[in-house]
Amino acid sequence: MLTYTIRRIFQTIPVLIGVTILVFSLMHLIPGDPAQIIAGEQANQEQVEQMRERLGLNEPLPVQYWNFVSGAVQGDLGNSIRSGRAVSSEIGARFWVTVELALYSTILSIFIGLIAGIISATKRGTVTDSLIMIVALFGLSMPNFWLGLMLIQYFSLGFGWFPVSGWGSPQQLVLPVITLGTAGAAIIARMTRSSMLEVIHADYIRTARAKGVKERYVIYKHALRNALIPVVTVVGLQFGALLGGAVLTETVFAINGLGRFVVDAIRMRDFPIVQGSVLVLALMFVVVNFLVDISYRFLNKRIELD
Amino acid sequence: MTTELLQVKNLKQYFPIKGGLLGRKINDVKAVDDISFSIKAGETLSIVGESGCGKSTTGRAILRLDEPTAGEIHFQGDDLLSLNKKEMRKKRKDLQIIFQDPYASINPRQTVRQVLNEAMEIQNVLPKEQRYDRMIELLETVGLGPDKLDRFPHEFSGGQRQRIGIARALAVDPKLIICDESVSALDVSIQAQVLNLLKKLQREFDLTYLFISHDLGVVRHISDRVVVMYLGKIVEIGDKKSLFDNPKHPYTKTLLSAIPVPDPKRKKDQIILKGDVPSPIDPPTGCRFHTRCPFATERCVTEVPELRNTTGMKNGHESACHYIEEIESGEMKPKY
Amino acid sequence: MESPKTIIKVDNLQTSFYTDKGEVKAVDGVSFEIPSGKTLGIVGESGSGKSITSLSVMRLIQDPGKIKGGQILFNGENLLDKSEAQMRRIRGNQISMIFQEPMTSLNPVFTVGDQIAEAYMIHEGKSKKEALRKALDMLKLVGIPSPEQRLKQYPHELSGGMRQRVMIAIALACNPELLIADEPTTALDVTIQAQILRLINNLQEELGMSVMLITHDLGVVAETCDYVAVMYAGKVVEYADVETLFESPKHPYTVGLLKSLPRHDIDQEGELEVIKGMVPTPDNLPKGCRFAPRCPFASDICADRLPELDELEDNSQVRCWIYTDEWDGKSGVSVKDDYGTFASKES
Repeated sequence: MLTYTIRRIFQTIPVLIGVTILVFSLMHLIPGDPAQIIAGEQANQEQVEQMRERLGLNEPLPVQYWNFVSGAVQGDLGNSIRSGRAVSSEIGARFWVTVELALYSTILSIFIGLIAGIISATKRGTVTDSLIMIVALFGLSMPNFWLGLMLIQYFSLGFGWFPVSGWGSPQQLVLPVITLGTAGAAIIARMTRSSMLEVIHADYIRTARAKGVKERYVIYKHALRNALIPVVTVVGLQFGALLGGAVLTETVFAINGLGRFVVDAIRMRDFPIVQGSVLVLALMFVVVNFLVDISYRFLNKRIELD
Repeated sequence: MTTELLQVKNLKQYFPIKGGLLGRKINDVKAVDDISFSIKAGETLSIVGESGCGKSTTGRAILRLDEPTAGEIHFQGDDLLSLNKKEMRKKRKDLQIIFQDPYASINPRQTVRQVLNEAMEIQNVLPKEQRYDRMIELLETVGLGPDKLDRFPHEFSGGQRQRIGIARALAVDPKLIICDESVSALDVSIQAQVLNLLKKLQREFDLTYLFISHDLGVVRHISDRVVVMYLGKIVEIGDKKSLFDNPKHPYTKTLLSAIPVPDPKRKKDQIILKGDVPSPIDPPTGCRFHTRCPFATERCVTEVPELRNTTGMKNGHESACHYIEEIESGEMKPKY
Repeated sequence: MESPKTIIKVDNLQTSFYTDKGEVKAVDGVSFEIPSGKTLGIVGESGSGKSITSLSVMRLIQDPGKIKGGQILFNGENLLDKSEAQMRRIRGNQISMIFQEPMTSLNPVFTVGDQIAEAYMIHEGKSKKEALRKALDMLKLVGIPSPEQRLKQYPHELSGGMRQRVMIAIALACNPELLIADEPTTALDVTIQAQILRLINNLQEELGMSVMLITHDLGVVAETCDYVAVMYAGKVVEYADVETLFESPKHPYTVGLLKSLPRHDIDQEGELEVIKGMVPTPDNLPKGCRFAPRCPFASDICADRLPELDELEDNSQVRCWIYTDEWDGKSGVSVKDDYGTFASKES
């Protein structure tokens, strides 16, 4: 297991290099002269040159890349063009808001998804099963900004149960988390159902029944533990996707998270902020994937633990 | 020597195991480790042994379905291992294989007609106009009606699918057919039908069989000569009668005694071996059977026994045991 | 028969599967009994209904299957009248079962020890610690080397033979009165098969249980069973004690099966006798005797009416018109001796 973990850590190195190269190239993929664009349309030649100097754009590309990476390692992602503050501190606070949102949403997805999936699988072919699967299909195909707006419409404006916007108090969490977690819950429900159906016909489930194990334990102990293995992968991917996909939810509920911040930064051409945010999100994605792989190994005893 | 259709010399097939931090090769699975034998034209040679002994690997190596690690395979004078891809493809016309699970080896989306046509097409055995007649003839040969020509594999039972597998092999007029556990998945009553068919075809078309099986009953029925393998090595080779009636290697003896006989009055003294077959990654030193052999001595641990013939053994019957004579004379007694 | 007590008596058992194509009678009126402490072999080829019969006895038939009728008297009580909760207390406790595939029959995510211990925790209310201690004793009993280590291992770390030993340990944990073994050695190599069969035999004597052995292998039957039921297409066609069955098989199917078996211990020159054609699918069964289309002796009555399982003088039972007064085919035939002549005449 330790060897595997170390090897897996080594394997993330090329991924990290790839990510930094991509993020670094962002600056150079902008059509035209980045210095000109960042300095603004009204800037004169001298101001543009100054900007170029400030951004280090007149150095050779490898040197620029090296400066970017060595800065990033030390937590220095440059300064915001608009506010002039360090990118790292600008991102910091907002990043945790988004992580919190994604985390709660994932927990909600897992909770609802698993229960719905298991019920659906054990009641296969019944009305309950069909109903759950239809609801899941809705959850999956509903755009989440629309779901968010509907929730605000009924539960905030209509019943007045929850605040319309913001983030922090428990009441403020409910609607955004439901909005963001619904699609995930639907995916996990479908995945759990098919995985359970496969496992439930396995020989070892028959063995458990032949042993005299209660049906409830057959399902929740013997079957679920095996059925979870593929679900874990989905949950991990889901969490990563939520981090990036929180933009709309944050916008709808006016939450000051990273997603909305990036969108604003793009609109204002604050490239250091965009670079920094994309880098942080990508790193988060890599870390989550790493954790998923490790837990997958842990759950699945059949994989050689070399 | 002229009658030898296939000669396998010092064949080795190692499969690398990767692992460690950098995924380098750390060891080998020694699936087949230096074996030699030959098959005469028109005979049936069987390879028997338990799972992991290397019998199927040998069959695959001969066809170069896996590239052998070392050795020579002479077929009608050519060393198959020195042929390039194109030459080898041509050779495959003479070398066909029938697998255990015909369902897995026939494309489920092809009809029997397409399966047979493709086989003939690849080797270009007949002009297009004559192929239809040939297909009908082939189906008849393997005992299927012409109405089956446009059916799909899933429409057939296990026994019928195996007949299609045989028809496909026959389509290119091969000289040698490797039957890899070809009747193992079939029910007894169907198995007998297919075995009879294989025998009939051998007579009619002068076929040579390399018959790979774990079932010693089937092997006794179909073979002329038998090779017994254990952990990648040949432990005994001989003509059928001599080997079954007068086995010399302790492994062959236990194998034969372990098979249940459908006759309750013949409750015999079974030799029950200790333990499992060891791993082919780090096979035991010396004689590979020594960890389970009831006769094993210090010599068996250190010295690899060669195949040899000795007094009281028919010509061509060889066993790889240091103590054939001592065990035969009763001088050595089993330790358990 | 001198055995005073019958552990299980199955009477007219019917198990069907309800599919889109209609009812499939997998087990159609099967009856047999096992004297206490003895071994009954149920032999048949695929599709004979032998495995469904064993699962029916455990009441482990899953949807869309259903036990439609009959009786399963275990120690005189009909298992088909039991509630699911009562059945659960019997399973793994009084009746246990082992299966064909040792590779897939153990749960991959629990240790071997946990899986054996579970039986003690369910049926004997033992604590986990106590149950694990007894699990260790079981591993020793089934002859697993270094049992203390094995207890903590996962199934994938064991060989096929070892896994089947673990399955046996689970099954025998609570000292069952009846062990149902469904093709327990089919997936194993012969030398390992010999070990496992010997183990089951020894444990049977030691623990005094009865065994119901499901197999397709007539050799295994001859070596391990006291009584044999031969099944074909959902019905028992012959039932006898093992000596009688192998010495004087009565049903043409039994005879054909024995003759088509290639033997490693004797010379069989020339071709094997065969049973022509193939097993009928359960959704398309012949009207009369189910073996009639493949039977070399078949006559008009065979194609028309299904024979009963009748007892003969030597206490064996056979489902065949030849042994009845109504037989309308050639008189004076001996199925065993004339099988070859009749079979070859046909082809």
